Amino acid sequence: MIFQDFVFYSLASVVIISALGVITLRNPVYSVLLLVLAFVTSSGLWLLLEAEFLAIALVVVYVGAVMVLFLFVVMMLDINLDQMREGFWKWFPFGAILAFIMTVEMSMVLMSKQFSSEIIQTPEYKSVDYSNTKELGRLIYTEYVYVFELAAVILLVAMVAAIAITLRHRTDKKSSNASRQIAVSRNERLKVISMPAEKKE
Amino acid sequence: MVSLSHYLVLGAVLFAIGVVGIFLNRKNVIILLMSIELMLLAVNINFVAFSYYLQDIAGQIFVFFILTVAAAEAAIGLAILVALFRNLRTINVDDLDKLKG
Repeated sequence: MIFQDFVFYSLASVVIISALGVITLRNPVYSVLLLVLAFVTSSGLWLLLEAEFLAIALVVVYVGAVMVLFLFVVMMLDINLDQMREGFWKWFPFGAILAFIMTVEMSMVLMSKQFSSEIIQTPEYKSVDYSNTKELGRLIYTEYVYVFELAAVILLVAMVAAIAITLRHRTDKKSSNASRQIAVSRNERLKVISMPAEKKE
Repeated sequence: MVSLSHYLVLGAVLFAIGVVGIFLNRKNVIILLMSIELMLLAVNINFVAFSYYLQDIAGQIFVFFILTVAAAEAAIGLAILVALFRNLRTINVDDLDKLKG
């Protein structure tokens, strides 16, 4: 148990420090990279909580796709950093007080007896042949199958929306219109005119 | 020994950091989106912790769906951001007053 404590505290401190870096750093590229660090570290925490499938899904799907998308957009946009930082220090005291109050209040509730290890014991280790992925898959494809399909529809809608938003019709582009090319008839292209035969000199 | 409340406090701290990030970076839409991601991560940590300590795997399935929705939200948010930058050449929140809201 001592080793697990050590792992928890080190991972948790990395998560919190990198989260603080995300919101305070000047350069958004560093912020995205620190957010990646926070996600990877919390996937380590999820491994500690025996949620193996989600931990890997977080790294593969979230870090591999969503965060790379963030990084892509951040690097693509040309941002005026000084303008972006305006009002940072003006709101800093307010934000710090708010964070302090929120953390203290929530900690007072969450450190109460209801959530302590006396009431909710740490569960026993699972046996070696227990598979978290198998269990999740069994539930998703039986009990939660409709919700799962709904999630698929949400992803489809998001994909269509993202493409539709960024699609633009350029007026200066030159391209051939295939349907008009096929639909053309002989009469539009070829004109037979009758003209008298020329006399031989 | 690490108990449930350790994870819940970690989630609470992370959520508070996300809220403060929205306050501090009021001009930068990218950091605002990243703060939302932080808050979602805090919620997910809570779900996984409860799922482990109560030995109920339904919490992990919920995390699965939250990840789906968060990915959709990030994709659409970044698409809006790109469209916005293409039209206005800025992502400053104060300049986004086209709708006169």
